[in-house]
Amino acid sequence: MLLFYNLIFLCYTMISIRNLTFSRGNRKIFDNISLDIMPHKITAIMGPSGTGKTTLLKLIAGQLRPDSGTLLVDQKNVHQLSRTELYKLRKKMGMLFQSGALLTDMSVYDNIAFPIREHTQLPESMIRTLVLMKLNAVGLRGARDLMPSELSGGMARRVAMARALALDPEMIMFDEPFTGQDPISLGVLVKLIKKLNQTLHLSSIVVSHNVVETASIADYIYLISEGKVAGQGTPEELNTTKSDWVQQFMQGKADGPVPFHYPAQDINSDLLSNNAKL
Amino acid sequence: MPCKSLEILVGLFVSLCIAALFFLALQVSNYSDLQDNGSYTVNAHFENVGGLKSKALVSMAGVPIGRVTEISFDSDNYDALVKIRIDARYNNLPSDTSASILTSGLLGDKYIGLTPGGLDEFLQEGDNIELTQSALVLERLISQFLFNSADDDK
Amino acid sequence: MNFFQSIGHSSLKFLAKLGRSSLFFSAILTGFGYTLSRPGLLIKQLYNIGVLTFWLIAISGLFVGMVLGLQGVYTLSTFGAESSLGIMVAASLVRELGPVVSALLFAGRAGSALTAEIGLMKATEQLSAMEMMAIDPLKYIIAPRFFAGFISLPLLAALFSAIGILGGYLAGVELLNVDSGSYWSQMQGAIDFHDDIINGVIKSIIFAWLVSWIALFEGYDAVPTASGISRATTRTVVTSAFAILLFDFLLTALMFGAS
Repeated sequence: MLLFYNLIFLCYTMISIRNLTFSRGNRKIFDNISLDIMPHKITAIMGPSGTGKTTLLKLIAGQLRPDSGTLLVDQKNVHQLSRTELYKLRKKMGMLFQSGALLTDMSVYDNIAFPIREHTQLPESMIRTLVLMKLNAVGLRGARDLMPSELSGGMARRVAMARALALDPEMIMFDEPFTGQDPISLGVLVKLIKKLNQTLHLSSIVVSHNVVETASIADYIYLISEGKVAGQGTPEELNTTKSDWVQQFMQGKADGPVPFHYPAQDINSDLLSNNAKL
Repeated sequence: MPCKSLEILVGLFVSLCIAALFFLALQVSNYSDLQDNGSYTVNAHFENVGGLKSKALVSMAGVPIGRVTEISFDSDNYDALVKIRIDARYNNLPSDTSASILTSGLLGDKYIGLTPGGLDEFLQEGDNIELTQSALVLERLISQFLFNSADDDK
Repeated sequence: MNFFQSIGHSSLKFLAKLGRSSLFFSAILTGFGYTLSRPGLLIKQLYNIGVLTFWLIAISGLFVGMVLGLQGVYTLSTFGAESSLGIMVAASLVRELGPVVSALLFAGRAGSALTAEIGLMKATEQLSAMEMMAIDPLKYIIAPRFFAGFISLPLLAALFSAIGILGGYLAGVELLNVDSGSYWSQMQGAIDFHDDIINGVIKSIIFAWLVSWIALFEGYDAVPTASGISRATTRTVVTSAFAILLFDFLLTALMFGAS
């Protein structure tokens, strides 16, 4: 009965991570972590800087290998796939990099046409239609002839979003989409992620530490801290949870379970000590 | 995708460099000599080849007509066997042609000079040149000279 | 004890790097078919790597040849052997200077640019982004650059030697009145097509393989930060120079040592 339940559950999840451990050097980035990502929803993965949120995306995409645990995407164990199967799976994934990662020697138009040209045999006229549609969806149809170096940060991210959508993926991963954006670009990006998720029936994963923006669009949030899931739930559930740490993170308080001070000896003894080099 | 001027520039680059390669082959090296427009090989026995090396020039009346292809020791006659490849154009060398090992200039390379004989038969593939004159070995010349002058003194 | 530990540490690191670079190279080879099916990519890289290095090689070749011509005449005239100038210029260019100097210049000009380009692509996550689009950057980015380098350098080395020989002619014959006929005829008499020209070309093919491989690997293996890329670029030039000179010695011993 339990097995049967598990099977249904597996079929229902887009990504299912079980007991995943990953370490870099001696540091454990993820310690026995388990989480699920549902189809057609926006799932946010949040946590302080340096908790390996980007690493998680790279693990999902199969660019990194975990030490132990399983990671199923679309019911396939990503790290047991052959190279060709992995590449086939990646065509169903779109990824938006923090920097945009546009190819600098191509124009905006060619950047978006690039994956289509590589993976399909479509005639150039049809590629043009597709590219212009994707660009129109992010509102940058007029910028098609610009080079990536001529774009602002927010525009580059929108072009990268159009490129991530070029192959009509089933899921899309956003790596820190809100970091370092002015309020207008921020509003545009928030609206775009929400709209694209609804209209294209995408499964979206948003990795971020911008609480307000992320909470406003996410259907489900995982909070990750020190390699473990520190809290999970819908934004409303998290706001009302009792955990001090979750409250500190969600409200952005300066002091709490995460201390304001980096671990150090007592200030009085530190200042009065005679070790100062004169 | 790449525009036309790019392709033209690359085309120019590649053809220029290949032209340079041809220049090296034809103008700088002996490649044109190596082009085998027919040749035949004759043998010559020398008592002493001195510093003759394979690929040395073979000339008649100062004009290069072939090259030395191989120098080996003939253990039957205890002398040196030199194989000479002569251009097929010069197929009317008399069969009593003689060969001698000469030096170009005082310090220059050794080469083989052929002197025509007077017979009506011509040298054929695999023939032997009977009349040969060995290389001049400087030490031997000097000792001979000293020996002779010592004889004269008596 | 620390001394031996550091020796052990660095030799293990070296071995690991050698292993990574061998895997990298075998991955490049599998991209050969892909490069052939995309001549556009190869042409673009032939331009970036070959055409842009053309003037550097041509002008350096001319001056090296002219210097050889001048020095040759001064030295040879003490023996009264100016007529052998052609042999001296051509032999040193075709056997040694052509392949070696053009490879060193190539490493400085094209090799360092390749390392910086690939390193920067890595730092700005362009390579990762390609992988995420299910496009293998080793095939799309690395392989065309490798084969462009592999084709360009032997051609450039031939150009260097040819222009150098003309430069020697300019300096020796036009400037210092060596006899033009003896310049060419002595050269043709002494330079052998197989032993000299072909061996020189083989040398430059091996240098091309070395420099392209080192430059691309250093870029691909670079720490993706500003200082990491600058260190990788330096390493490309230094390692290439070492590898070129070491292999030049080995190849010379193999090719010319026996006879």
